[in-house]
Amino acid sequence: MEIETLKTPNTNPEYSEQEGKSKSPYQLALRRFMKNKLAVIGVITMVIIIVMSFSAPLLTDHNPTQTNMLMIEQPPSSEHILGTDGSGRDNWARLLYGSRVSLVVGFSAMFFTLIIGVILGSLSGYYKGFVDSLIMRATDLVLALPFLVLALTVMSLVENITVTLFVTIIALVSWPTLTRIIRGSFLSLREQEFVLGAKAIGASDMRIVFRHMIPNAIGPIVVNATLMVAIMIIAEAGLSFIGMGIPQPQPTWGNMLNEALSVRILRHHWYTWIPPGVCILVTVLAINFIGDGLRDAFDPKSNQR
Amino acid sequence: MTNETVLDVKDLKTYFYLDDNQVAKAVDDVDLTVRAGETVALVGESGSGKSITSLSIMQLINKPGKIVNGEISLLGRNLLELTDKQMTKVRGNDVAMIFQEPMTALNPVYTVGNQIMEVLRKHKNMSKKQARQRAIDLLKLVGFPRAEETVNEYPHQLSGGMRQRAMIAIAISCDPKLLIADEPTTALDVTIQAQILDLMSEMKDRLDMGLLLITHDLGVVAEYADRVLVMYGGQIVEQAPKRHLFKDPKHPYTEGLLESLPSVHKEEERLGTIKGTVPPAHKFPKGCRFSSRCPHAMEKCFETNPELMDLDHERAVRCYLYTED
Repeated sequence: MEIETLKTPNTNPEYSEQEGKSKSPYQLALRRFMKNKLAVIGVITMVIIIVMSFSAPLLTDHNPTQTNMLMIEQPPSSEHILGTDGSGRDNWARLLYGSRVSLVVGFSAMFFTLIIGVILGSLSGYYKGFVDSLIMRATDLVLALPFLVLALTVMSLVENITVTLFVTIIALVSWPTLTRIIRGSFLSLREQEFVLGAKAIGASDMRIVFRHMIPNAIGPIVVNATLMVAIMIIAEAGLSFIGMGIPQPQPTWGNMLNEALSVRILRHHWYTWIPPGVCILVTVLAINFIGDGLRDAFDPKSNQR
Repeated sequence: MTNETVLDVKDLKTYFYLDDNQVAKAVDDVDLTVRAGETVALVGESGSGKSITSLSIMQLINKPGKIVNGEISLLGRNLLELTDKQMTKVRGNDVAMIFQEPMTALNPVYTVGNQIMEVLRKHKNMSKKQARQRAIDLLKLVGFPRAEETVNEYPHQLSGGMRQRAMIAIAISCDPKLLIADEPTTALDVTIQAQILDLMSEMKDRLDMGLLLITHDLGVVAEYADRVLVMYGGQIVEQAPKRHLFKDPKHPYTEGLLESLPSVHKEEERLGTIKGTVPPAHKFPKGCRFSSRCPHAMEKCFETNPELMDLDHERAVRCYLYTED
């Protein structure tokens, strides 16, 4: 065979160094992302919030679920930085531990939605036809259900709401949007010539979907997954605020706000509800900045910048 | 040159079943053979069924299209009898394909080397290291001067001609017996076209493969083909060795195509044209499919479609002008 005779040893000693020279599309996107100031601020903010939630035991000595009837609604002091709530629990400790629940809910609901969305969306967009109609009618059905009413119904039927159950419920009503977006990208990708090319070199359907199509759809997937985290955090906060989310005594930002349902607290005890409110605002804002930054970074039209 | 028959297509029919019960006969009764070391050109206008023929050979016809009849034997094996799974072992290994648009035919998120290695690892079970070395060799073979660096480059870093070279490297990586090139140079500029075609015919000779060259460019045919099949309306209308076809075209369609070529020997004000366009594949005329545009059309041309008749052992034409009666 002739090609064998042409084999020459790799004579380039600096070979490994040259590998850094070629920028993959992902690396190019990362570079564009890093140029976006707001997005970088968003990332830094998120890192701070995540670090604080992980290191909660180091930042406070109080137990967030420990009630103390002698210390109800105390104003901020050196012992209780943000005062205490109506059951005498330390607000600062609840804020720190509460971030864990909010973030866990946000990210795990996103992952759950993402898995459903990627699987159903790629099946739908790749195979078209019957599979597509079936999945799309299912999304229509779920989209037609009002989220809030459905969530409230389930929450009031189930007595003991855990984080897992909560995540499952909100993921099961949120997957259609992501599914449709992924289906959309797949419909355009499947007509691309490199997909035909992959078929022509004998790649199987699974291989085409996972190796050739999903990496090309990573832009919209990542952007929407990020924004999904923010939506999930707000959903948790909203439901907990009206008392239909994660039940007490487990602290979450949402059920800390629940205290502010009382006008007295709202007027005179700002230290109980302003901090969790600001935390939700800052987190969601940071995530949205990251999402916007990712969208610009993955947008091929922003190449010129 | 071994001269063995690599590809033998018989009575291939690929129909598209349209919504309103109409059937588009995109490929209808096509016979073709490609021998090792031979370049066969498939020529025709847009919509004449050239690309569908090539995709049928690869069995990459999507719904609503279907291969309804025929036999496609590659190295004596009928591809139509293989399962989908067996077919994935044939594609890229025994038969490879090069596409028209080098700009989109490579996956933008992987390096060139990675995409060559994918084929090698799938079909030749090579280790990563072996595949990488082979990828570098292949890139050198197709004329990349800095192959060690190019393996790590992404498609967007290469020009159109370079991408097409990379496509050729992918296509020949497993020493296919048949290479199908579907308008490989249409998207490239003229100087690069010649380089790419030269490279393809060099590879064809070196690896002793059959080359099925699909094109609408008669200049390319004149330069590179050994035999020419002229396609019209999903059927082969003329089949001839290249030198005969250009000197003495038989079918009125072939004549029309050749008259539409500019030539340095003819002094004419206007180039010839074939009036009209190819009728859509679900509305072919009742008789000869070219009858609606043919300058020599006779009464019976509108009644029945002529058969492809052998004129001598290497020429065949589908036209009543050459029947005895």
